[in-house]
Amino acid sequence: MLEILTPLWILAGLGLVFGLAIGLAAKKFAIQPDPKFEQIREALPGANCGGCGYAGCDAYARAVADGSASPSACAVGGAAVSANIAGILGVEASVLEKKVAYVQCSGECGVAREKMRYDGIASCLEAVVIPGNGPKSCTYGCLGFGTCTGVCKFNAIHVENGIAHVSEDLCVGCGACVSVCPKHIIQLMPLRQRVRVQCSGQDRGKEVRELCAAGCLGCGLCVRQCESGAITMVGNVARIDPNLCTQCGKCAEKCPAKVIKIL
Amino acid sequence: MPTLLVIIISSVFVNNFVLSRFLGICPFLGVSKRIDTALGMGLAVTFVMTIASAFSYMVYAWILKPLQVEYLYNIAFILMIASLVQIVEMVIQKVSPTLYSALGVYLPLITTNCAVLGVAVLNMQENYNLLESVVNGFSAAVGFTLGIVLFAGVRERIAHNRILSAFEGFPIALLSAGLMAIAFLGFQGLV
Repeated sequence: MLEILTPLWILAGLGLVFGLAIGLAAKKFAIQPDPKFEQIREALPGANCGGCGYAGCDAYARAVADGSASPSACAVGGAAVSANIAGILGVEASVLEKKVAYVQCSGECGVAREKMRYDGIASCLEAVVIPGNGPKSCTYGCLGFGTCTGVCKFNAIHVENGIAHVSEDLCVGCGACVSVCPKHIIQLMPLRQRVRVQCSGQDRGKEVRELCAAGCLGCGLCVRQCESGAITMVGNVARIDPNLCTQCGKCAEKCPAKVIKIL
Repeated sequence: MPTLLVIIISSVFVNNFVLSRFLGICPFLGVSKRIDTALGMGLAVTFVMTIASAFSYMVYAWILKPLQVEYLYNIAFILMIASLVQIVEMVIQKVSPTLYSALGVYLPLITTNCAVLGVAVLNMQENYNLLESVVNGFSAAVGFTLGIVLFAGVRERIAHNRILSAFEGFPIALLSAGLMAIAFLGFQGLV
């Protein structure tokens, strides 16, 4: 019995001594955390969404406290939080424009044709790797399996009738859905930008007609209509520059495929 | 004095910890992308290994041996090294925040670094006294630093070269580490 107990006591004693040493060292060498860091961390919403580009709210607060990050990078908190943080730092708050996610596809069920029946795993990330890149004939459009819904921490994106829709009052613009979408069709748009192109397809006009009833034909009519030069053709699809767009809506009127919409 | 010199030459060159004994390979591969971080890691390991050699000698010779429980050496050394690294981390965080952030995750990694446990066990097996243990620990760590800094130099040069895509990253690093180990084989028989 003693042969077992003695080593046990010895190890327990050693552990106790080392533990005490660590405890003493922790007391003696305790560092005061930066009070700014704690205040900033308090001011942040704590969503840990990573939309600011840092690993989480803690990392962002640390970066703001050392001055390496802008106080207005938090999309979740918006203007109120950036004003708070700026107050803590004692600087002027720059206004952060509210951005929301926007799904650049309108190929709903019955609008976009399907080339096959897909019975595989119901995830965009799985469906996109099969030959043909998903069941829809258009290889650019929304797959509608809702991988974006899964990553959204704010319950702001839902699949309705085969494509994802964003609830703009819930969306904070963290960009989680933008980075997860395997088709790269979700973009962050300024909330004030109401005229939007609801297609991402790069197919040519004739092929688009065969694939989807709601596809951009790439005709370029909108580019000629636009008085402020905000529309450019990116490959075969029109794109609106929100910095130049005056929201006049002339492009939406003329669009033959009705793919430019005023929301 | 001559024995100490032999110990130093032996553990820096002949029985180099990384290139001949293959201890501490994790930081050797992990922190050797740039010379300055490699040097920082080497310094941290030197600091920890020197102190760990002294403490492991004390634990072994003054506690385990008198109580006739020498067989507990492995677990006792692990306990001692883990606590020591914790304390060293706190001290560095307080004294030099720059070094602390430069070492980052690698300082806690020293806790599980087999080079530190290795030097403690080797000291015990060689029956070194306190001074010899400390000298052996220090020079083994210098050997580690030498190896990792030389290797970081090699990797910095490799990084600016075009390499076959199949060899990019770790494959070429492992190959160069192997070649360096062969080069260090040249010191065999020196002591």
